[in-house]
Amino acid sequence: MRKEAGRRGMGLWVAALAVYAFLYLPLLIVVIYSFNDSRLNAEWVGFTWHWYDVLLHDEDMLAAAGNSLLIALTSSLMTTILGTMAGIAMHRYRLKALTFMVMTPVAMPEILLGVSLLLFFIQILNLTLGMVSIILAHITFSIGFVAIVVRTSLAGMDESIFEAARDCGASPWRTFRHITFPLILPSVVAGGLMAFTLSIDDFVITFFTAGVGVSTLPLRIYSMIKIAVTPEVNAVSTLLMLLTLALIVLASRIAPSVLRFKT
Amino acid sequence: MALLEIKNVTRRFGDFAAVDNVSLSIEAGEFFTLLGPSGCGKTTILRMIAGFYLPDSGQILLDGKDLADTPPEKRPVRTVFQSYALFPHMTVAQNIAFPLKMARCAPQDIQKRTRETLEQVRLADKAEHYPNELSGGQQQRVALGRALVSHPRLLLLDEPLAALDAKLREEMQLELISLQREVGVTFVFVTHAQDEALALSHRIAVMNRGRVEQVDEPSKLYGFPQSRFVADFIGHINMMDAQVIEAAHGHTRLAIPGLGEITAPPVAGVTAGGLASGAKGAFAIRPEQVRIGIHGEAAELKNHFPGEVRNLLYRGDVTVYKVHLANGLMVEALLPNSAPGRAEIFEVGDTVSIGWRHDAGVFLHA
Repeated sequence: MRKEAGRRGMGLWVAALAVYAFLYLPLLIVVIYSFNDSRLNAEWVGFTWHWYDVLLHDEDMLAAAGNSLLIALTSSLMTTILGTMAGIAMHRYRLKALTFMVMTPVAMPEILLGVSLLLFFIQILNLTLGMVSIILAHITFSIGFVAIVVRTSLAGMDESIFEAARDCGASPWRTFRHITFPLILPSVVAGGLMAFTLSIDDFVITFFTAGVGVSTLPLRIYSMIKIAVTPEVNAVSTLLMLLTLALIVLASRIAPSVLRFKT
Repeated sequence: MALLEIKNVTRRFGDFAAVDNVSLSIEAGEFFTLLGPSGCGKTTILRMIAGFYLPDSGQILLDGKDLADTPPEKRPVRTVFQSYALFPHMTVAQNIAFPLKMARCAPQDIQKRTRETLEQVRLADKAEHYPNELSGGQQQRVALGRALVSHPRLLLLDEPLAALDAKLREEMQLELISLQREVGVTFVFVTHAQDEALALSHRIAVMNRGRVEQVDEPSKLYGFPQSRFVADFIGHINMMDAQVIEAAHGHTRLAIPGLGEITAPPVAGVTAGGLASGAKGAFAIRPEQVRIGIHGEAAELKNHFPGEVRNLLYRGDVTVYKVHLANGLMVEALLPNSAPGRAEIFEVGDTVSIGWRHDAGVFLHA
């Protein structure tokens, strides 16, 4: 019996290893080949920092990175504020319709959201596509993530704490400032970091709402690989990966529940 | 004028009247308890006094002033919540200072009064700890300190001892009594534990299904319940159907079906001839008022009947006998084991005589 169980355990380990290999080997290869001293992603020639150097002197790439950062900062800041408000409202009023409205963009296929936002910006708002439209689009799809993290943290709290604050003489606003906000702050920050990572690596929705003039990092990478996957793409991907990973780790450190909602 | 006046207050949740036309008046300095089973409306009343619910009809007056338009934060009333509701991100000192900070007191004033209160609830050495580092009893004292620091007119306590274990609960009961005496603040205490209510309160309002059944001092409530519900809810009691034969000024004569005639004390609030003969109700008597003796004894008591011991519970300090009477009734009798070296005197199956004094027990008019 014992042996049987051991063998089954072994099988699970092998399966798990295969899955993780499938998930992470491609990423690892991207990282490794970003240091490859060859124009081709075919065989390992030798170690070099060259492609990172190239990256640092690629004007288009730097402009795209700058745009990405600006978009991610602005949209995640706005998302954090709006999403926190939405999360508190969802918790307090417990309206099914409200939750549905806030959460739908999270579940909506990105392509659908991209197309509908494009039509909305052009035909209804008559907006010239560019930074503003990208930021608006990013806010739209990431509010739900912040809202649900905030709501989850509120749901885990003893409701009478907030009543106790009122009871102790705090107006609703001061209750929020002294009690509610400090208590949900970790979730708010974690939600904001999540919104930032969602924004900085979004491709589909950005693609539809960017127009012609503005490029972001993912868009720039995409246009480069239309020609060939050069090691420069590997290098920028590696940096993007590091940034995203760092932010996710940071977010999950601040509020452990946050990873449960990362798609 | 009473400190707190509750006048014909009703509060509904949907079709359900949680509080149904309740009137109470609470005096300054009183330890007043709302007692009743869960769902009787006692917590709803407390939340209306605190301002978390508004009455659908009726008035709540504090010092004669209607509170209807005063939000919770403006009422000179503090609540000690069942869960304590301490602010987890603040230290003990910060928790206690919070009401002062909200009242925009001067910083040195806040410091001084916080320190005094910390002393008062014996937590001076825990000032810089966070609530999750404290035991249940200590958290309880923080909640009390936070509620008392700004000298409220009224302190509301919502089953504050429910979460503590039996021993700690008793300690906290004593502490609450002395704290209340010390600070002189009026306490309104909510509980479903009748022993706790009896031990702590100056007066108790027994509630059932949104209504007040009886308001009285603990001893009156225990000794002279005015309804079957109160008699049954507070302590143990023997209840038997009874019919009035004669209600006179000095005594009441009752007929117990299948048992015979008994003499009971006069019915409260009934003057001579006020209660028609034939009126039906119940006779209720406490187990400790029922005497038990060897068959043939106890004859000196006016009310005495033969019976058979069916069951006994040895509880250490007392022994509880369940005695079966001729008419099929089971009567509980309590015998103290105070005489040294004497254990159970009666065995199951013994024929005994039970009886009670003519001035013991109450007739409850149905």
